[in-house]
Amino acid sequence: MYRYDEFDASFVNQRTEQFKDQVRRRLAGELSEDEFKPLRLMNGLYLQLHAYMLRVAIPYGTLNGRQMRKLAHIARTYDKGYGHFTTRQNIQFNWPKLEDTPKILEELAEVEMHAIQTSGNCIRNVTADHFAGAAADEIADPRPYAEILRQWSSLHPEFSFLPRKFKIAITGAPNDRAAVQVHDIGLQLTRNDEGEIGFEVFVGGGLGRTPMIGRKVRDFLPEEDLLAYSEAILRVYNRYGRRDNKYKARIKILVHETGLEELKADIEAEFEKIRYGVLRLPDEEVRRIEAYFAPPPLEVGSATSDAVEARRAKDAAFAQFLAHNLNPHRVPGYTSVTLSMKPIGGIPGDASDAQMDVIADLAEQYGQDELRISHEQNVILPHVKLDDLPVLFDKLVEAEIAEGNAGLITDIIACPGMDYCALATARSIPVAQRISERFGTSERQAEIGELKIKISGCINACGHHHVGHIGILGLEKKGEEFYQVTLGGSANENASIGEIVGRGFSSEQVIDAIETLVDTYLGLRSGKEETFLEAYRRVGEVPFKEALYGAA
Amino acid sequence: MKVITANRLLNGDVVWLGENSNWVERVTLAKTFDGKDAVAEGLEIGVTAEKNQEVVGVYEMDVTNEEGVIVPVRLRERIRAAGPTTHPEFGKQAQAVSA
Repeated sequence: MYRYDEFDASFVNQRTEQFKDQVRRRLAGELSEDEFKPLRLMNGLYLQLHAYMLRVAIPYGTLNGRQMRKLAHIARTYDKGYGHFTTRQNIQFNWPKLEDTPKILEELAEVEMHAIQTSGNCIRNVTADHFAGAAADEIADPRPYAEILRQWSSLHPEFSFLPRKFKIAITGAPNDRAAVQVHDIGLQLTRNDEGEIGFEVFVGGGLGRTPMIGRKVRDFLPEEDLLAYSEAILRVYNRYGRRDNKYKARIKILVHETGLEELKADIEAEFEKIRYGVLRLPDEEVRRIEAYFAPPPLEVGSATSDAVEARRAKDAAFAQFLAHNLNPHRVPGYTSVTLSMKPIGGIPGDASDAQMDVIADLAEQYGQDELRISHEQNVILPHVKLDDLPVLFDKLVEAEIAEGNAGLITDIIACPGMDYCALATARSIPVAQRISERFGTSERQAEIGELKIKISGCINACGHHHVGHIGILGLEKKGEEFYQVTLGGSANENASIGEIVGRGFSSEQVIDAIETLVDTYLGLRSGKEETFLEAYRRVGEVPFKEALYGAA
Repeated sequence: MKVITANRLLNGDVVWLGENSNWVERVTLAKTFDGKDAVAEGLEIGVTAEKNQEVVGVYEMDVTNEEGVIVPVRLRERIRAAGPTTHPEFGKQAQAVSA
């Protein structure tokens, strides 16, 4: 894993000291709320419905046991004993006191963590495939590049006051698990005919009130040009992005209004000016950073484990866990394990301090001290020996994070919604809980197969509803919660924006509506191997519409 | 009918303006304001409290009086007054049980 150098450590410590003084001045009345608010936001501190909320960055979703244990400690000491993993691979604490936050930031800095650039109109935490460095289908580990982007974008003076926030995602595998095409910049690692590493570059993807799939601006960007080209994109955006209207300020609107070809030309022209300058990545520097992410020494083993097979035969819950929560590892004898933060009827993405401690222990004991947070709000142990799966599973069961539902209908993404969020127009979590309960038996989930439901409590789409196979958007209508349903969204390499199926549903009706959609799919799929999304793409919306609203 | 609400600066707690310019922890104890002028006066007290580092984010919200009990009109404000519906053990609702 990447370790802070003296520059990282010193700027994080400086920022913590600055914030401590800013809080002191605020409490002493030397700073007004208007003056203080942008300062606290730059340090990830929001004010939500019930309390302050602190959003802590987990760079490209990677952390180790010591860091996870620190998050547990913060949850226990300064919060109410839990944290919430987000779709940005971050963690949010929902109840910190303002007076405690400088201390929390100091504690985070002890384990090389912080809350810088988790808010504001800057380049946010770079996100990456949660199976990075482990997945069998990977071309190369995306994390060294994510780290290079992190170093470049951290406190970048030119990009601290962009027209709007800016999100970059990167994947090293052809199967995109990082939703790169719905980010401001999406990077897909690839190799050219000479076998050299480079990037397919997408620009202008995003969700929110104007969802758009990113447009490809480069088929192959050489590795050495990563920063210069990113800087060129940001410069063009910073110069031409709209600042007159918050809702039209993201780069996706600029791409849309300017047109792809003209914008591409602008980016290329800017790139030509700087490509041979200081941002050109020296090969030795890339290799140096890559060394931080050197794979752990894993002994090649047998592709199957007798211990696992014996247990699978007699334990249905274990069999279901194996069927859904493992991802093929590049080293035979190993696997990547998804720890489900989606217990049946539970709150998606929430983890208690005790669970976080257990996860830290398990990472150290069975996972080469590596952990990942997925944008789907789960926790990953990327390197687990197959032979360790039975004992690991037992410990997960004990900690109530053993649900074998990764990728299934109860593995729901949900934003905090109106239970916490000041922007929300409806609740998300209770809808997720009710769906989870409705479909929660293992037989039913397995029968339905892969189905991604994503729920947002407002139009800003933190719950990624536009790219859910079934998306649910919570709105307010005449003072009541009201849910709009979209179908056919996807965030993978064949990304698509879901389409609104028809008029929305009340809170009471929406779970039945989801069940009608699922039953309709089960009735029309060509076979068990045809997923909900494939079936929808084959037959279109009509059968689903008719099932919900009757024939027109 | 309206009440004035905010969050305490120090800990973020939800509060409402009560009698004698005090900030109270329960919406049921909030002072109600009828009419534009009265609400403006209430907000004025809020602005002063903001300047004195007591509270942040002062605004007015609609309430009704249900058999003598003040109840927020919007669901958002009802959740704010009680706590997360998904966590009955946290927020004001938890304090109400233990009180």
